[in-house]
Amino acid sequence: MGNFPTTVKHCLSYEELIQDYPWLARWLQEEKRALTHEYPEFVKIVEVGPRDGLQNEKEMVPTGVKIQLIDMLSETGLSVIEATSFVSSKWVPQMADHTEVLQAIHRSSHVRYPVLTPNMHGFQDAVAAGATEVAVFGSASETFSRKNINCSIDESILRFEEVICTAKQRQIPVRGYVSCALGCPYEGPIESTKVAEVVKRLYELGCYEVSLGDTIGVGTPGSMAKMLHSVKKEVPSSALAVHCHDTYGQALANILTALQMGICTVDSSVAGLGGCPYAQGASGNVSTEDVLYMLHGMGIKTGVDLSKVIEAGDFICKALNRKTNSKVAQARGDYSVHCHMKKINT
Amino acid sequence: HNVQDGASAGKTLPERVKIVEVGPRDGLQNEKTVVPSEVKIHLIDMLSEAGLSVIEATSFVSPKWVPQMADQVEVMMGIHRRPGVSYPVLTPNLKGFLAAVNAGAAEVAIFGAASELFSKKNINCSVDESLQRFEVVTKAAKEAGVPVRGYVSCVLGCPYEGKVSPDKVAQVAKRLYSMGCYEISLGDTIGVGTPGGMTEMLQAVSREVPVNALAVHCHDTYGQALANILIALQMGISVVDSSVAGLGGCPYAQGASGNVATEDVVYMLHGLGIQTGVDLPKLMDAGAFICCSLNKKTSSKVAQATCKL
Repeated sequence: MGNFPTTVKHCLSYEELIQDYPWLARWLQEEKRALTHEYPEFVKIVEVGPRDGLQNEKEMVPTGVKIQLIDMLSETGLSVIEATSFVSSKWVPQMADHTEVLQAIHRSSHVRYPVLTPNMHGFQDAVAAGATEVAVFGSASETFSRKNINCSIDESILRFEEVICTAKQRQIPVRGYVSCALGCPYEGPIESTKVAEVVKRLYELGCYEVSLGDTIGVGTPGSMAKMLHSVKKEVPSSALAVHCHDTYGQALANILTALQMGICTVDSSVAGLGGCPYAQGASGNVSTEDVLYMLHGMGIKTGVDLSKVIEAGDFICKALNRKTNSKVAQARGDYSVHCHMKKINT
Repeated sequence: HNVQDGASAGKTLPERVKIVEVGPRDGLQNEKTVVPSEVKIHLIDMLSEAGLSVIEATSFVSPKWVPQMADQVEVMMGIHRRPGVSYPVLTPNLKGFLAAVNAGAAEVAIFGAASELFSKKNINCSVDESLQRFEVVTKAAKEAGVPVRGYVSCVLGCPYEGKVSPDKVAQVAKRLYSMGCYEISLGDTIGVGTPGGMTEMLQAVSREVPVNALAVHCHDTYGQALANILIALQMGISVVDSSVAGLGGCPYAQGASGNVATEDVVYMLHGLGIQTGVDLPKLMDAGAFICCSLNKKTSSKVAQATCKL
C-alpha cells in the first residue's frame, strides 16, 4: 500500500480507506499488478504417457491397449502425443511394437505424434513407419550419458546431428530433450551452465524445441529458476519446455516457477504413468490431470478437456491393473461429492 | 541456492519459515484407525526431536464427535514437553478450553469457517454464532494468558457452497484477529485451490490482517498444495501448516489425500535455501513410525523416494 506505515494500514479496514481516499484504489491496483506474476495465456501440453510413461511401467502392455490409449488421448484436445520409441527392442522391450503402434493409431488432424529416434537406424525405421516428427535425447550429465546410452555427451550429440540433418532435409521437425537438468542420480547437482550448453547445442543443430527434464525429480523452485535463468540466456523461452518428475512431490511447484519465468510448454503423463527407474517404488512423471487442474484453475488455456484425460487415465490404469498417480483423478473418483466442484475448476 | 532464485522477478522469499505440524491432531483425526494413546504420545515425542517448534497435540472436543481424540487429557499429560516447542490444542468452546487448561495446555486453537453452509453442517451454527462462541474462549484465554491461534476453513472453496468469496475469508480472518488470535491459519479444506485463487484470497486477507500473522494450511487433495504454498511464500507468508507423512485423508472425497506432507514441504523449503529448523531424516523417522503403527503407506513423496534409493 505504498507509503502508509504498516500500523496504519492494519488499523483501518480496506473498505473504510477506499471511501475516504478514492485515489487509493488506483495505488492498490498498481501494487496488485506488481505482486501478481505474469503467466502465459496459453500452455501447450506435451503428453508423454504412451512413450515415457509406459516405457517405465513394469507390466508389458499389449499393442491394442497402447493404440486405444493414444486414440482416447487424441480426443481430449491434446495437440502433441508422444506415441512410441524407435529404440532397439533389446533395450526397451515395451516399445518393441513401435511400427505397429504408429501405423494403427488414428491420426487426428489436430494432433502431432512425435516418436523417439536415438540414432539414424531408428530414424529411418520411424520414417518408414510414417513418423512425421521425431525426438532426440541428450543429457546434461556425462556419467548419466555414459551409463544410459554408453557414450559421452559430445558423442551423443554427433549422433543426433546426423539425425537432425537428415530430418531437416525431409522437413521432419525434431524435438530435443535434455535429461538431468536439475540433478543426476550419479553426479548429484548439475551446473546450470552445463545444462545451458547442451540445450544451446541441440537448438543450434535444429531442434525446434528443447525439453528440460528433471529426470529424478530432485529439483525445487530454486534450482529450477537458476537453471532456467542460465538456459534462457542461450535459447528463447518460446523454444523451451519443462519435463518435471514428481518423485519428491515438487513437480507442480517447479512447473509454476517455469511458468513465472515465461515457459509455456509443459510435458506430463496421463495418470502419472511411469515410475522412477532410480528410486524403486517412487513416482515419476507428473500427472497430466494435475497439471491441467492447476493451469485451468489459474485461467490458463490449454485446449484440453480434463474429464476426457481422466477417462483415458482410468482406462490405462485398469489395463495396467494399478492405481492412478493423479491426485485429481483420485479425488474425482468420488463423483457424487465433487460434481459441484466443477463450478470452481473445470 | 540464493533465496531469491525461487522468487523470480526479484520478489523475495522469507529467510525462515515456521512449520506448524498438525499430524497428531488434524492428521490422526482424519484417519480411520483409532490410534492407541501411547502411539500418539510417541509420535509427538519423535516430532519434538525433529526440530519442529509447533506441534498440534490433540483436540478438546467431545469424544462423542471425535472418538480419535477421546484420550486428549492422557496425551497432553503423557507427552514430553520439549523446551522451546509449543503444543497447541483445539478448543471449540469454553468447556473444551477449561478442560485443556486443566490438562496443562499452554496454547489453544479455534476454528472458524468462511462458508455459512460448511459452518452449519460442521458445527451446527452460523459463522457469526461460531465467532460469538469463540469470543468467549478468547476472552478466557486472554485472562489466563494463553495464546490463541485461529483457523479459517474453506478459504479456497467449500464442499457445499462451491466458490468462496475472498472478501468473506478476509472478514472472518479479521474478526478472529481482532478477537485476539495471534495468528490466523487459512485452510484450503478440500484442496481445490490453485495458485490463482490463492493469490486473490491472500491479497484480500492481507489487507485486513498483517501478513506476518498469517499462515497457510493447504490440502493436497488435487495435488496443488506445494504450488499453493510457493505462491503464499512469494506473497510474504512465512508460516506453513503440514502433516507428517501426509496423515489425514479428505473426509469429503473418499480415498483422496488430505493434508500436505511435512516432509515434502520441508524438502521444497530447504531446496529453496529457506531455514525451518527441521531435521528431515528425523522427521521421516517419525513418519515411518506412525505409518507402521497405522499399517498404511506414507503419503509423502519424499519418504517414498528416499527409503527406496
